[in-house]
Amino acid sequence: MKRTGAQIVWEVLTREGVSTVFGHPGGAILPVYDAMPAYPVRHILARHEQGAGHMADGYARVSGDVGVVTVTSGPAATNLVTALATAMMDSVPIVAITGQVPTTLLGNDAFQETDVTGVTQAVTKHNYLVTNIQDLARILREAFYIARTGRPGPVLVDICKDVLNDETEFVFPEKLDLPGYRPYTGLDMDAVEAAAELINQSHRPVIIAGHGVQMAHAENELRQLAEKAHIPVAMTLLGLGDIPETHPLSLGMCGMHGEARANKAIQESDVLIAVGMRFDDRVTGDLDAFAPNAKIIHIEFDPAEINKNVPVDVAILADAKEALQALLGKVNPARHQNWMAKIEEWNHESQELDILNAEVDELIPPYVMRQLWHVTQGDAIIVTDVGQHQMWEAQYFLHDKPRQLLTSGGLGTMGYALPAAIGAHYASPDETVWAVVGDGGFQMTLQELGVIMQERVPVKIAIINNGFLGMVRQWQELFYEKNYAGTPIQSPDYMLLAQAYGIPARRVTTKEEVVAALEEANSHEGPYLIDFQVKEEVNVYPMVAPGEAIDNLLRRRIVQGPSGLQPAW
Amino acid sequence: MTHDPSTFNKHTVIAWLEDKPGVLSRVLSLFRRRNFNIESLAVGHSERPGVSRLTFTVVGDDQMVEQAIKQLDKQINVLKVENVTGKPAVRREMALIRVKVNAQTRPEVMQLVDIYRASIIDVSLDSLVVQAVGDQDRLDSLIELLSNFPVTEMVRTGPIAMTRGRANGANGNGKHARRIAL
Repeated sequence: MKRTGAQIVWEVLTREGVSTVFGHPGGAILPVYDAMPAYPVRHILARHEQGAGHMADGYARVSGDVGVVTVTSGPAATNLVTALATAMMDSVPIVAITGQVPTTLLGNDAFQETDVTGVTQAVTKHNYLVTNIQDLARILREAFYIARTGRPGPVLVDICKDVLNDETEFVFPEKLDLPGYRPYTGLDMDAVEAAAELINQSHRPVIIAGHGVQMAHAENELRQLAEKAHIPVAMTLLGLGDIPETHPLSLGMCGMHGEARANKAIQESDVLIAVGMRFDDRVTGDLDAFAPNAKIIHIEFDPAEINKNVPVDVAILADAKEALQALLGKVNPARHQNWMAKIEEWNHESQELDILNAEVDELIPPYVMRQLWHVTQGDAIIVTDVGQHQMWEAQYFLHDKPRQLLTSGGLGTMGYALPAAIGAHYASPDETVWAVVGDGGFQMTLQELGVIMQERVPVKIAIINNGFLGMVRQWQELFYEKNYAGTPIQSPDYMLLAQAYGIPARRVTTKEEVVAALEEANSHEGPYLIDFQVKEEVNVYPMVAPGEAIDNLLRRRIVQGPSGLQPAW
Repeated sequence: MTHDPSTFNKHTVIAWLEDKPGVLSRVLSLFRRRNFNIESLAVGHSERPGVSRLTFTVVGDDQMVEQAIKQLDKQINVLKVENVTGKPAVRREMALIRVKVNAQTRPEVMQLVDIYRASIIDVSLDSLVVQAVGDQDRLDSLIELLSNFPVTEMVRTGPIAMTRGRANGANGNGKHARRIAL
């Protein structure tokens, strides 16, 4: 049957299982929008293309499948770049469809023309420019295949407008031919044996678990391995939930703002098993001083990540689930009592420095995060933005489930949370979704409140409002002699803002109001916004200064409190 | 990972690319973005229609080169990558060299050209264009000698490379063919 290019877009998308797309129409993509109503898809109109991209990202992270975004040419496509880069860094499968000027105008600096494939080359797993309708169905199929297989990532398809209007016989390409794309090569059992031998001989083993564990749905295998061989598990920011944080073998988050016990355990380990993580500098700190005595086993899907930052002793090139299953059969049951006792010592020391153990009457952000955990009973999807609140959430909300925390880990994209939370809702409408944002990041994409209004998206918003770009201020305090240049930030009246969008809202200024406000929001059926006006200058601790070894931690000071010595805040 | 420049070597790598629009740009942009130190690059058709063959030399330590190869191999349109450094391979580069000459120096230049088995492909009253093919060292040394005349213009292709066949045929297990200066 004859189909237009625009119809082919929807024919392929619906066959790929797409039911929700996020986007913003415009001139060059108009044929796609014109054809849309005939297909069983829901379109969510973002207020800015970056928002549409983050929505697709949030949708993908929660559903585990491809998120789709459709926007027009030129400025729309360039607005999308930040969202693509965010997804690229965190290996999130997205297919972005952009309209392009007609082939006859390509390269002429036509109205709303940008070299989109050129611009997005470095921030996509792959991209295509479609100039012939005969290639369209195949390219769209390839885009989905490439986005979701191997190490997932964003794929962009830029389609010229005349291709969308052109007609051809539609044939769904069942078979794909991508000779240069070999997402998987097979498990090397010799490497598994070598890894098992290292683990069996170790006395101070540590696992660092990353995002790859959740992408492979390997949480059970990870937990079984940790329990069988008695190995404590540190997690990267995106790995939180790989093993329940309330599990006795959980060390919590490691890295720049990781738990001291996690960082110290990594540094003193004799065997380090890195699973589905890529030794980001925020995880390793000073590479030359990283885990100096450890033999390193790296379980990773992407060959290019092996030996990229850290030279490894054994590399298992595989999906985390498959590798852990194989390893589980080869490791011996073990007990490392001395090692656990040592970790418990570090844990005890951390408790003394924990801000929640200070007698604080003021409203401090860590308290809000811990209460959010209590009120939701840990059963909610939390989407954080970037900065101090992101680290406090990671520290004080105990993530017991995988795919429960969405955050821009690699790129550190401020403005991510609100749109990504909207996308998360569409992927799992029955779960409660909380967007936890700072007053800085929120003001970058708050126009997406319009989507919440128009679609009645029941996302809960917690603004951690401290009047500063807080993490930048913290760096200025610690490394730039408190020169707070450019970091004080004023907010609008969020009550009035929420009212303008028809969203119920509440302002919280004291510690006493926190729980009631969270409960009200959490049990409210629709969207809800809380403006937590927290104490301004609170720092995230522990902290590893950039470039330092990860056990060289800046810690909270101990001061004289009303009833003796206590951590300062 | 820290890199010690004193351990850097020159590596010759061959990559087979799908001959599609934008593929070369993708490869070049990758080299730039990943900060790989590419010394030369030669690209053209291979024996297979639709597949182009790229030979490049990259300077760095083993880990840096391993990264370059893996990142390249990860590209969807890159079919295969092979590091031929240290393998028995022939490497050839071509140069066109314009040398300023007069009646006195012309015979001397022609003699050098002869010794290096290069050829003269353009002659005018005050200059010669020398075409030379060889490995990099050979071209370097010829160019150094010619520069005394002096050289007024030069272009080099960058090396292309191919692994050597085996003495008893390409698929045999025999020793590599004895290297002879051809």
